[in-house]
Amino acid sequence: MLDRINKAQSDINAACEAIGRQINIMEVCGTHTVSIFRNGIRSILPKNLKLLSGPGCPVCVTDQGYIDVVLQLADRDDCIISTYGDMIRVPGKEGSLETKQAKANVKVVLSSEDALQLARDNPGRTVVFVAVGFETTTPATAVVVKEAAAEAVNNFCILSGHKLVVPAMRTLLSEKNDNINAFLCPGHVSAIIGYGAFAEIVEEFSRPCVVAGFEPVQIIEGLCEICRQLSAGKAELKSMYSAVVTEKGNIAAQKIIDECFEPVDGYWRGVGKIPQSTLKLKDKYGQFDAFERFGISEKPSEEIKGCRCGEVLCGLIEPPECGLFGRSCTPQEPIGPCMVSSEGACAAWFKYGRDK
Amino acid sequence: MCLAIPARIVELEQDVAVVDAMGNRYKTKTTLLPEARIGDLVLVHAGFAISLVDEEEAKQTWQLIAEIDQFDDTQNKLSG
Repeated sequence: MLDRINKAQSDINAACEAIGRQINIMEVCGTHTVSIFRNGIRSILPKNLKLLSGPGCPVCVTDQGYIDVVLQLADRDDCIISTYGDMIRVPGKEGSLETKQAKANVKVVLSSEDALQLARDNPGRTVVFVAVGFETTTPATAVVVKEAAAEAVNNFCILSGHKLVVPAMRTLLSEKNDNINAFLCPGHVSAIIGYGAFAEIVEEFSRPCVVAGFEPVQIIEGLCEICRQLSAGKAELKSMYSAVVTEKGNIAAQKIIDECFEPVDGYWRGVGKIPQSTLKLKDKYGQFDAFERFGISEKPSEEIKGCRCGEVLCGLIEPPECGLFGRSCTPQEPIGPCMVSSEGACAAWFKYGRDK
Repeated sequence: MCLAIPARIVELEQDVAVVDAMGNRYKTKTTLLPEARIGDLVLVHAGFAISLVDEEEAKQTWQLIAEIDQFDDTQNKLSG
């Protein structure tokens, strides 16, 4: 294992020396972000290779307007809010689900199946599932929507905030940050969508896209592959995670997503509106759409004064460049979304990266 | 949030499986992986098997998780 790491590290050094100029590689996956920081990977990279933590944490990119809708529903006595634990501390305009938990109608679930079971067990109340996450998580929501429809569990609905990774990468490159030279692509999103899904980024923007697993050696070898391509002036699509990821991905999961959802324009916290980046339930499942059932919609969120999470998410600044970082904004008392989630760039930087 | 844990399917009835991950057993659905069979190693995310995974990859991930648990324990002891 150490041999592989040493070999990759030496190849990275050689490639970066040959390239000469500064290169920026963005990871678009919160699990990669945490692994990179936890394992001190940044500290073994040459000076002219910079890693940027992109919008890879679904919790961080969930817009405040969406959280406000969740909080509004949590105030209703006829509702039970079921959510993954990741979302519980994310601040809306006023408070978070954690502050509403005392009311006992906020339930943390480990699976969408548990949310549906809550609805079966509480026929007198409407169970709203806070459906967030990228393509890895979306199929689990689609399965329970279909189950709810088949069993006519009519007191169940979902508030879809599911997001798509590729449209965000496209918007980053075309509108936000032209200085991203390559992407380290997410492993488990790719297990669903297949590494072939990133071909459009490689072809249209000439940026290497390399899928990697989450172990330190896999990440370093992924970075090495990117550096080799950049030093050879190439931009190619490659998966280094063949134990899990195929070119076409999980077809059964893709089918069930397509059956239930359609892409619409959506807001990403800190980034803004991204075309065709958010999933909405199709009309035939409209009765399970919490937005429709309650006649509510997301309102544009107000910016938090001084918070620079948006620039962090786009790879334009590093967390310590934000004036709030480590001062008024810490993991214990987070202000911005990148500090709330343990997979956020600011939280990871705070916990592991401050010495660098 | 996209964390997925390797686990072995030890029981399977239609699309409801019991899986074993590092000695812990829990219920998982195989709806998204209809080809899964008893004995297969799968990656489990949010209660669903999302892909098959090979033996070597699974073992490396389990080892990593054990190391992280140990590391975090040490960190907690040091800080707490």
